[in-house]
Amino acid sequence: MPKVTYVQSDGTSRTVEATVGRSLMQVAIDHGVDGIVAECGGNAMCATCHVYVDPARLDDLGPLCSDEEEMLDCTASPRAATSRLSCQLPVTEDLDGLVLRLPEEQL
Amino acid sequence: MITLDDDPFADEVLADPVPLHRRLRDAGPVVRLGRYDVWAMARAEEVTQALNDPATFCSSAGVGLSDFRKETPWRPPSLLLEADAPEHDRARHTVTSVLTPKVVKTYRDTFAREAEKLVAALVARGEFDAVADFAEAFPLKVFPDAVGLPAEGREHLLPYGAMVFNGFGPRNHLFTEAMERGAVAREWIAEHCRAENLAPGGLGARIHEAASEFTEEERALLVRSFLSAGVDTTVHALGNAVLCFALYPDQWAALREKPESSRAAFEEVVRFTSPVQTFFRTTTRDVEIGGVRIPAGEKVLLFLAAANRDPRRWPDADTFDITRRAAGHVGFGSGVHACVGQMFARLEGEVLLAELARRVTTIELAGEPRPQLSNTLRGLASLPVRVR
Ligand code: FES
Repeated sequence: MPKVTYVQSDGTSRTVEATVGRSLMQVAIDHGVDGIVAECGGNAMCATCHVYVDPARLDDLGPLCSDEEEMLDCTASPRAATSRLSCQLPVTEDLDGLVLRLPEEQL
Repeated sequence: MITLDDDPFADEVLADPVPLHRRLRDAGPVVRLGRYDVWAMARAEEVTQALNDPATFCSSAGVGLSDFRKETPWRPPSLLLEADAPEHDRARHTVTSVLTPKVVKTYRDTFAREAEKLVAALVARGEFDAVADFAEAFPLKVFPDAVGLPAEGREHLLPYGAMVFNGFGPRNHLFTEAMERGAVAREWIAEHCRAENLAPGGLGARIHEAASEFTEEERALLVRSFLSAGVDTTVHALGNAVLCFALYPDQWAALREKPESSRAAFEEVVRFTSPVQTFFRTTTRDVEIGGVRIPAGEKVLLFLAAANRDPRRWPDADTFDITRRAAGHVGFGSGVHACVGQMFARLEGEVLLAELARRVTTIELAGEPRPQLSNTLRGLASLPVRVR
């Protein structure tokens, strides 16, 4: 199983085994990783599953769809070039070693 | 596969649906409801799966019992709720672009002010009906204001909503009564979905602007979705919330200690009570789910409420616990048809419950709560309470 690391805004981090096919949001929830609220349950409607992706790995992730694009303008912490919605990112074997930074605020 | 003879739309079941939901879940992942000749799912896994597979479990044949391919619906179908891709995508995109979390946030201060006013008046009274005076009063003020409806005529919103949500069920006495009571509301609603009757700057007017590629008639139908979906559901959620806190004073104490957790508390109310209990889907092909084969063209009743209390998914599913992580319930649906107004509903619930928690020490029942029977919704007709 690919390993993914979630880094909190205070610098603490957790590395977990991510099940292929689940989303990076679901993996965080499954493992009780704080910092991802995911109010809408993964339907690209709340922007509370915001993450900053390691810039070197952006290309390993699929492209932004229009819903995600719009929702990223609604995040509580500032949007960056590396911002994604973790609920829209399915885990694949390629993501092994991925590091995600969590924003300070989600709501 | 098991066939149950229960009538999920019978008065006694609607008044207390929990036992049937339990039996449905235990009967299997997919059950037959003999009485209506339809399929049913009540476990979290299969319900979620069906909601997230709109190509197989479609909505354009109606999300009620009536099959639009065989019967003419009582009103023009909703472009959102009762539509499939690709038409649905266009409509949904237009509405979500108006109802983004960012837009919703701009209403926070207004809602908080209204919550303050309302709660102060109720605390001063001490005893009141938590349905009429609280759960209905708040959304009926803030929501139509936000949409841009005039002050006059808002009394039509509830009977209209009752008609919509009872209309998803069978033609039982609830259906007939709601249709009779709501008859006069239909014209008012249709009138007030038109651009010229909506205040500039409101959500309704913004829908008309955002939907420029739609015909005038279609734009009005998009606004109609707000009026059908945005009132009764929130009313029931708020009424159910007060009942939960009256019944579980320890949870009220917990919220009092941390009024800032009111958003999570509201989420748990929605999971625990599921104001929207059920929706139908229709199969577009033969499909195997939970090891059961459902043929194409069949109505499937999805028990959102039962899924939200499935012990296979939720630890202590039947416990009302505001500290639980309730995200992932299907009380707002899931997938492409997930409620577009959910962020709005959360804001209403959050500010109002927080204000109540700051001002009220105890909530006690001052009489028997009376359920408001509906073919789709679960909520109360009256809830006499005493607050201190
Ligand atoms: S969980 Fe709501 S947008 Fe990702």
